[in-house]
Amino acid sequence: MSHGNMNLTLKVWKQKNKNEKGRFETYDAKGISPDMSFLEMFDVVNEQLISSGKEPIAFDHDCREGICGMCSMYINGRPHGPKQGVTTCQLHMRSFKDGDTIVVEPWRSAAFPVIKDLAVDRSSFDRIIAAGGFVSVNTGNAKDANNILINKDDADTAFNAAACIGCGACVAACKNASAMLFVSAKVSQLALLPQGQIEKKARVMNMVKQMDEEGFGNCTNTGACEAECPKSISLENIARMNREYLGANML
Amino acid sequence: MASSPKLNSKIPQGELETKWTKYRSTVHLVNPANKRSLEVIVVGSGLAGASAAATLAEMGYKVKVLCFQDSPRRAHSIAAQGGVNAAKNYQNDGDSIYRLFYDTIKGGDYRAREANVHRLAEVSGNIIDQCVAQGVPFAREYGGTLSNRSFGGTQVQRTFYAAGQTGQQLLLGAYSALQRQVGMGAVQLLARHEMMDVVNIDGKCRGIIARDLVSGKLERHFGHAVLLCTGGYGNVFYLSTNAMGSNVTAAWKAHKKGAFFGNPCYTQIHPTCIPVSGDHQSKLTLMSESLRNDGRIWVPKKKDDNRKAIDIPEEERDYYLERRYPAFGNLVPRDVASRAAKERCDAGYGVGSSKMAVYLDFAANTERYGKIQANKLGLHNPSKDEIIKLGKEVVKEKYGNLFDMYKQITGEDPYEVPMRIYPAVHYTMGGLWVDYNLMTTVPGLYALGEANFSDHGANRLGASALMQGLADGYFVIPYTIGDYLSEEIRTKSIPTDNDAFVKAEAEVQERINKLMNIKGSKSVDHFHKRLGKIMWDKCGMARNKEGLTQAISEIQALKAEFWKDVRVTGDANEFNPELEKAHRVADFIELGELMCKDALHRNESCGGHFREEYQTPDGEALRDDDNFAYVAAWEYKSDSNFELHKEELKYDNIKLAQRNYA
Repeated sequence: MSHGNMNLTLKVWKQKNKNEKGRFETYDAKGISPDMSFLEMFDVVNEQLISSGKEPIAFDHDCREGICGMCSMYINGRPHGPKQGVTTCQLHMRSFKDGDTIVVEPWRSAAFPVIKDLAVDRSSFDRIIAAGGFVSVNTGNAKDANNILINKDDADTAFNAAACIGCGACVAACKNASAMLFVSAKVSQLALLPQGQIEKKARVMNMVKQMDEEGFGNCTNTGACEAECPKSISLENIARMNREYLGANML
Repeated sequence: MASSPKLNSKIPQGELETKWTKYRSTVHLVNPANKRSLEVIVVGSGLAGASAAATLAEMGYKVKVLCFQDSPRRAHSIAAQGGVNAAKNYQNDGDSIYRLFYDTIKGGDYRAREANVHRLAEVSGNIIDQCVAQGVPFAREYGGTLSNRSFGGTQVQRTFYAAGQTGQQLLLGAYSALQRQVGMGAVQLLARHEMMDVVNIDGKCRGIIARDLVSGKLERHFGHAVLLCTGGYGNVFYLSTNAMGSNVTAAWKAHKKGAFFGNPCYTQIHPTCIPVSGDHQSKLTLMSESLRNDGRIWVPKKKDDNRKAIDIPEEERDYYLERRYPAFGNLVPRDVASRAAKERCDAGYGVGSSKMAVYLDFAANTERYGKIQANKLGLHNPSKDEIIKLGKEVVKEKYGNLFDMYKQITGEDPYEVPMRIYPAVHYTMGGLWVDYNLMTTVPGLYALGEANFSDHGANRLGASALMQGLADGYFVIPYTIGDYLSEEIRTKSIPTDNDAFVKAEAEVQERINKLMNIKGSKSVDHFHKRLGKIMWDKCGMARNKEGLTQAISEIQALKAEFWKDVRVTGDANEFNPELEKAHRVADFIELGELMCKDALHRNESCGGHFREEYQTPDGEALRDDDNFAYVAAWEYKSDSNFELHKEELKYDNIKLAQRNYA
């Protein structure tokens, strides 16, 4: 079944499981349409592999509209590929040329072990949120929502930080595999809002402690995370987290 | 008509307005010491699952949560765009609990339960309060208060939102509450786990069989109660706005173990999605209903008009929704808007290369916003260009992420040219039949959120899915589960070497072996696409007796072929997405047959169920209240054999009427 007229060569990381060694494998992607998403191109390749009795390439994906944060491919040396501000599922083949060779790897970080091929384990992010990424308020008893007035600028800045999709591109982009952008986005969201004030010190301390325990690297202010973030989460969040952390330690 | 004796809806007696508050105050309680030894399994971690799990754990129950994704934060609630309804009346536009209740019953074309919908409207305000307390960053006005916008099927502004990412922000709120309980050890989280079957012992649900999707191992989990919060089944159509992994498996397994399936044919086709671009397409992307608030929908007045949108003068445009429904205009409910788009395209007025699209145009409102903004900024006599520039900034703030997504997918800039849109499968109103407590026909087995059938009748209004998911999880199940668990305090945890668990696991293992051993010639996706085409062509936006009858035999043939010729690659004892898909598609095929049977038996049109034989002279859905004012609850008997049970729908507070949005 032909879809379009682009022919590409893929070099894809194949790894059976966490324990075995991986290697690059070469695949032909033929008849690709520029309107396909990058993942739809993988669907075509996998369909061809299955019909010739070979094992398809395993990769994570779900919503395919750029919001769930599940897709995670390191394409030609960049998380989510060459186009800025999009996830892999929203990257379209019109960003490539006929005849291109494309190298696809999983996220690389000690804190994100490979499960199979391009799928990695990002449960470390869940544990960081469990350490403090919340407001401790049980269901029920909340007061009327409009009793909490919030300055629009603060609400908008908090929203921009909260837009993080937890995909891990920041970690994959960082030469130190630091998770500072991810952690600081949640710390910032809650630090900017009145609801987050009561626990602000404990929150930043506990989240940073968990981040360190998970084996993420340090931040050396390179800014690759911000440049590669599909949701354009700002480096200012890291600065804000550093202030919060210092403040929490001083008192 | 009397309801089937097998269906006890357990709707409390008394006045509609006080049913829930009275019931809530009299339902049996479980004391804190007993809660600690009662175990609840929650399958699914979307809005319904995460909110239920967090709240039940806060109350002291022992909770286990499963999700098939790598993290609970990825559940498909995350993709909901437009907003969440609540009867707060913050805009002072005459909103009230009664009005939200009325709009929802009417929007659902009078096929939902009054008592459930009223309860939903009652707790809607609490949802907003709870989410704000958690730090959910809703959109705000300059004065610091919460902002609202309009959605379809209503004439008030009651929709709360966070740009075009409301589902994301609400889910992350519920996810944080859930992770807080995980951190405290009150919830055990099992990510990358899929429920494969439920386990019933002596007529009660006592647990599940799950598959660890990384190791491939089967696991047995005991629970005093099991909550299915597993979403809808729109992916039966292959192409839909659902996530790739969204599936019916948990609900379908429950159905085959005794849970009746309610109104399976009620499917929502959303009017504003990005049109299909080619046969490679794996999913469809929604453009939020909130855009209809600020956009105008039109097609050319002339057939096969090949001019660019911008070259078609105002008087040659047909704003067909405004023409047909002047009172609601572009904000008619989804089923009405979808059919109207299909009608224009079928008649030859469609636009774009496929001619299967209509325009959603923001030019008029961009200009209006620009003028308002110029006034706010004190600009006198601004030029048209300045106005448009200011207007675009306002539009960007409201819908920026949606416009970016549209541009990314189509390669066209919606700030400059109108969007092309077409209806697509989006939501399923049908689901597991539940009583007022949200319990299915299997004691101890519950269904919440989109997985149940209860609140939206034959058509859901926009921004009501988020409302229902969170209502069920935060504010309904925490109370109603006491009615059952208070009777279970003497039930000790059942060891999972019990025969029922062993047998259920063996059955799952046998099915896995069968799938792996077929070694046929066609991929799982191949069958899924064929099923989707049958469903879309014959059980989609318009249905008729002949097509549905054909669809049923085609699906039966497809099922036989699937079990003979599917190829599942890899190994069962490893991470194997093909095997996961094979299980899900096998269940979709069986569900597809039931959907067609339900659509065939319902000889009327209502909401999203449009039977071509039953329409008014104007082409509107023609209900038959004398014969069909009931919930169709199907009991699984054996392969392709389902028995219909009816729950009569009584309207004591609202008069049944032909829906009128004109």
